[in-house]
Amino acid sequence: MSEPLNLLWLQSGGCGGCTLSLLNADCHNLFDTLAGCGIRLLWHPSLSEQSAQEARKILEDCASGATRLDILCLEGAVLRGPHGSGGFHRSAGNEPMMALLERLARVARHTVAVGSCAAFGGVTSGGCNPADACGLQFETDTPGGLLGKDYRAADGLPVVNIAGCPTHPNWVIESLAALASGLLNEHGLDSLQRPRLYADHLVHHGCTRNEYYEFKASAHKPSDLGCLMENMGCKGTQAHADCNIRLWNGEGSCTRGGYACVSCTEPGFEEPGHPFAETPKFAGIPIALPTDMPKAWFLALASLSKSATPKRVKQNAEADHQVVTPAVKRTRWK
Amino acid sequence: MTSRRVVGPFNRVEGDLEVTLEIADGRVGAAYVNSPMYRGFEQILQGKHPLDALVYVPRICGICSVAQSAAAALALADAMGLQAPDNGRLAANLTLAAENLADHLSHFYLFFMPDFAREAYRDRSWFAATEARFKAVTGSATTDALPVRAKFMHLMGYLAGKWPHTLSLQPGGSARPLEQAELLWIAILLAEFRTFLERTLFGDRLEAVAALDSEAALLRWLEPRAAQADLPRFLALAYDLQLHRLGHATDRFMSYGAYHDGNAALFPAGVWDGGLQALDVSSIREDISHSWMDGDVALAPAEGHTLPQPDKLGAYSWCKAPRLGGRVVETGALARQMMAGHPLVRDLVARHGGSVTARVVARLLEIALVLPQMERWVKEIRPGAPFCLPDLPVRSAHGVGLVEAARGSLGHWLEVRDGKLHNYQIIAPTTWNFSPRDAAGEPGALEQALVGVAAAAQSDDAPVAVQHVVRSFDPCMVCTVH
Repeated sequence: MSEPLNLLWLQSGGCGGCTLSLLNADCHNLFDTLAGCGIRLLWHPSLSEQSAQEARKILEDCASGATRLDILCLEGAVLRGPHGSGGFHRSAGNEPMMALLERLARVARHTVAVGSCAAFGGVTSGGCNPADACGLQFETDTPGGLLGKDYRAADGLPVVNIAGCPTHPNWVIESLAALASGLLNEHGLDSLQRPRLYADHLVHHGCTRNEYYEFKASAHKPSDLGCLMENMGCKGTQAHADCNIRLWNGEGSCTRGGYACVSCTEPGFEEPGHPFAETPKFAGIPIALPTDMPKAWFLALASLSKSATPKRVKQNAEADHQVVTPAVKRTRWK
Repeated sequence: MTSRRVVGPFNRVEGDLEVTLEIADGRVGAAYVNSPMYRGFEQILQGKHPLDALVYVPRICGICSVAQSAAAALALADAMGLQAPDNGRLAANLTLAAENLADHLSHFYLFFMPDFAREAYRDRSWFAATEARFKAVTGSATTDALPVRAKFMHLMGYLAGKWPHTLSLQPGGSARPLEQAELLWIAILLAEFRTFLERTLFGDRLEAVAALDSEAALLRWLEPRAAQADLPRFLALAYDLQLHRLGHATDRFMSYGAYHDGNAALFPAGVWDGGLQALDVSSIREDISHSWMDGDVALAPAEGHTLPQPDKLGAYSWCKAPRLGGRVVETGALARQMMAGHPLVRDLVARHGGSVTARVVARLLEIALVLPQMERWVKEIRPGAPFCLPDLPVRSAHGVGLVEAARGSLGHWLEVRDGKLHNYQIIAPTTWNFSPRDAAGEPGALEQALVGVAAAAQSDDAPVAVQHVVRSFDPCMVCTVH
């Protein structure tokens, strides 16, 4: 068997939530799973034994080439402030984390941004972006970021953006597995450099509110069972991710949790330009329509389906439990 | 002769941490705790729609995410004058309890215990067994605990859509109504978790652990179990290493109170300073004399602001120094159980003061106390009754949300003007515990707890006893440096 790949995981301007989400992975033992993919965890700030000087030595050995750095993962945004100094996050030995990341990205065989902060800046770059946060190779949806748009890791790929806030554990595991087995090439990334393994789906796919969506039977307040798109700010018909196909924490997803998809896998989701829980509308029609849906057809179908809404669907949409259950009928032909 | 040493980065804590130690005669003479990161959430929140806080604040922290949501939902409910219906309150309690218990478990198995498998302890009689069990990444305990934790977090799939970063917790209750079938599965998940706890962590029934009422009772309980379950394994090595004499801070504790039932809290609010006292939240001030923050006056959080000033003279941390009535307090599971009057915890503190052992025991004891409560809450939920009230518009209001995260007291103070967030201030648990010095020069709780800890002058590295003390607080630095 070939030598396992060395993975170094660092955290900067973020919340650590992608690591905590990774620990939710429904596998026998996450570390065995990674080992089975041919990955050796060199160091992880939440999980490894080595602290302080021992940890610093691991990082320096990677930067100097004494240890082969196969996969560099960053979780959290790059903090460039104040005034471009990177001083808002200093790592070992007082070096700005920003500078350490640049040194490590130069020697890494694969560079991976875990989560929307590391990919695009994410929530850390919201508001007035007080810490001058950006992603490894993007600043929201503009290529550049810390490493510049022309950056390529030693494998020839740009930064792999496993976007999400947080990331689903399986997105991370399978992206790393694909890298380790040489299966991830430039065709495996979408235009925002997200692995198409999960980014070729929409959050809408598999949504349990599907019948309400079909009839435009909409929720009006939190806990209503109806579709969240018309009033509650849901972007599931536009956001790229498979959250309703393979679920979160065994049984969940945002829409199943009773709340709108805020499109956390998309650059700039942190500043939507409207309150998160309200759908922006023009003349009573949601401004942002489902991806790939022609506007005229959407309006025609919405109008038709609204007038065809079964009483059951209409009533349940504005309740927090089924007030009308589906009629029992014979499903066999004779 | 005094030598000075910067120790960091500390890993197996959530976020970034550095500690500067002044060492004299083989002991720590003074400690300076630095949180070396700044993000600026309070600035990000300014001008936003009040309900947008529910999206931003959980993302302060991936490990206390629900606690942040709960504090924001309560502060907004306070501003709106809303009180969640019973189902909503029960669902929110279950969600927060699930996070807190999972955090206690992660802390014990992933963050804290691996330090006893370090080379420094190779000559101890318990080393080989501890290394096999608790070594970071490869120990057998990781293989046992990780899948159990992941399965327990399926609770979040039902209660919160996902974890971390849910939006189910709303000012009016929970956006996630539960059906009877789901309640049955929640009860099954709790029962599975109970089996692991009783078989692997405690080696006894939860009720028997919760009933331990003194250190003497704990020692009697420990003896026949010393090598049979993980808490007894910890206690055996802890007494060998005298960890009950390590990490003593101020012995002044604070809790905002946890898991309200509408009238009272399961673990009540209060202050402990040699005896139980009422908590006066209005006496909280945030000192910034040693923080890289603009200003020089200690303000109440409702009036506070958080603006960075990286070149400030005399400052050494991005963390502020909150003080209660001018005093340093310690917060966390130990504080909660002091307020709740748990006899084992009170006895441990009366005999030895707050310590590494007392903090760990209080945390695990809390698992034994809260899981049976979760089993009761599930039975109290009534499918079909409301889970959430609609939000009310807010033009101009103040709101306060006080909760207990796994690692201690978390407070949100918000002000709405013209329908937008005008100010939003957060004091996280670790801001209390890991605060820098205040204007009077009094060090924060960890800074005090580190004084006197053994540290060899010639070594450059982090003395293992220092690591035990730091991690005994279960610090969350990402919350601290929001």
